[in-house]
Amino acid sequence: MNKIANRQVVCDTLVQLAANDRDIMVLTSDSRGSAAMGPFVEAYEQQFVEVGIAEQNIVGISAGLAHSGKKPFVTSPACFLSMRSIEQIKVDVAYSNTNVKLIGISGGISYGALGMSHHSLQDIAVMRAIPGIAVLMPADRHETKAMIEALVNYEGGAYIRIGRNPVADVYESEHYPFEIGKAVTMREGNDLTIIASGETVRVALDGAEALAQEGLQCRVLNFHTIKPLDEAAIIAAARETGRIITVEEHSIHGGLGAAVAETVVQHCPVPISIIGLPDEPPIAGKTHEVFQHYGISVEGIRKAAHKLCQ
Amino acid sequence: MRRSDLIIDLQQKATQIRMDLLKMIHAAKTGHTGGSLSNTDILTALYYHIMNIDPTNPKAPERDRFIASKGHAVESLWCILADRGFFPKEELATFSQFGTRLIGHPNNKVPGIEMNTGALGHGLSVSVGMALAAKRDNKSYRVFCLMGDGEQAEGSVWEAAMAGAHYKLDNLVAIIDRNRLQISGSTEDVMGLDPLDEKWRAFGWHVVEADGNDMVELVDVLSAVPGVSNKPTLILANTVKGKGVSFAEHSPKWHHHVPSDSELKLALAELSSKLLKLQQCKSGVQVHE
Repeated sequence: MNKIANRQVVCDTLVQLAANDRDIMVLTSDSRGSAAMGPFVEAYEQQFVEVGIAEQNIVGISAGLAHSGKKPFVTSPACFLSMRSIEQIKVDVAYSNTNVKLIGISGGISYGALGMSHHSLQDIAVMRAIPGIAVLMPADRHETKAMIEALVNYEGGAYIRIGRNPVADVYESEHYPFEIGKAVTMREGNDLTIIASGETVRVALDGAEALAQEGLQCRVLNFHTIKPLDEAAIIAAARETGRIITVEEHSIHGGLGAAVAETVVQHCPVPISIIGLPDEPPIAGKTHEVFQHYGISVEGIRKAAHKLCQ
Repeated sequence: MRRSDLIIDLQQKATQIRMDLLKMIHAAKTGHTGGSLSNTDILTALYYHIMNIDPTNPKAPERDRFIASKGHAVESLWCILADRGFFPKEELATFSQFGTRLIGHPNNKVPGIEMNTGALGHGLSVSVGMALAAKRDNKSYRVFCLMGDGEQAEGSVWEAAMAGAHYKLDNLVAIIDRNRLQISGSTEDVMGLDPLDEKWRAFGWHVVEADGNDMVELVDVLSAVPGVSNKPTLILANTVKGKGVSFAEHSPKWHHHVPSDSELKLALAELSSKLLKLQQCKSGVQVHE
């Protein structure tokens, strides 16, 4: 099992890129430890800004830096960054067109036992409603690296949600065609499509494997980018497989499932099952425990698949 | 140019801008009249004398930056940018009309506007970022950020105040348009702010107080920034909401009251008479009030 957390990959990648790009800057809100940004701080003091526990300020300052030609990467806990500073994201980043990358660390239910104050399960819904903010979520360490490299050259605001703990690899290396806004087909199949994002891509692949044993061939799509949404991949999946399951570490309202459903009902209506966190304060526990509890699991995908195929 | 002539020129300009903005607001039937009248002298000093800006090259890397954190008082800014040649004056007729870029808050689709503002408590953070970028890149530009006094109730202002002092941004100048009125009434009744000077000093800023409607004082304090090395400067500019139109002064109603036909006529007559007096001063004619 991989032992390298995605947040560490974010730091390592930025350390590498900053060597040749003096405009790359990293900002933390007393979060250099939780963001694993120590090595960046050591290596590039002049490209680092500590803002203290002030999430509104970190976004405003980043917008000012970006306006002056810098390429700021904000690394702050997703729960605070995506809620406390949402107006700064809307006005200072999106509306003012500043090139700010917002990396929400320890996202989703990474802080499982710390309670709802520390979960970020509404972030995708909020971010994707703001014009001009790209929304991304890497599935593993390789995708994290490819994503950060792509984002350095992407002009515009973006929100990237990263989990806290190491996750199992879904790719063998970062050398695969990564393109912002383009879904990746992880597995071919024509009986059903499972669409996932972030750490649930692994769950989707395991679910597809279990269903294959039962004779159901599932397509698995990795939506590392939730906005801009790869509508063509969704429409093709609806047409070619006739059923869709979405799996996400997010409220069932307004996230990946909602984005997929919005596309499907308008272009090619087929049955959809949305798997995610229900509309309630989540139960305490480690990620895999909470996932199991709410059916973000092989068993949950199996049940949803059988129901859709009835 | 003699200093007295410079002051009179700026006073004339401010008076003309007040007339322009009143006509613009009257025609559009919308606008933040009181706040635009209170900040007109500050903006006039900045845009016609203090700031290093070039309307033909509004994105020049070394330009001074201006951030209107109290974005709602944009009417004076539109009139000044047009007068300085950032965009054609005729465009002022489109203010607040369908499809215009001259909306009721600063809009960076308009040359000369750095950032979109309108939500209070954002401008100083953004200004800190710009000033910090200048420091890191050894650039000499300054950042001027105009805030309202009612805006001081926003907590994010104080997050930015801390950061400005922490990073020793002596290229950053914040100005508070201290007209003591906000939409619901007196700032001290709505949410007590005093003593603002002591609060900013305690946050590590170099604080200067001035009459924000007195061109002599404004030119003095704005010419003296940065006043202290390693500290950002806060200018507490005491102003009168509705300044220049006697019946609009000190009145919360005029926060976004649109002048009626007769009010406009009276206001323009008052300002025209002021313009005439200034012209006479400049020509050396004795003026008897």
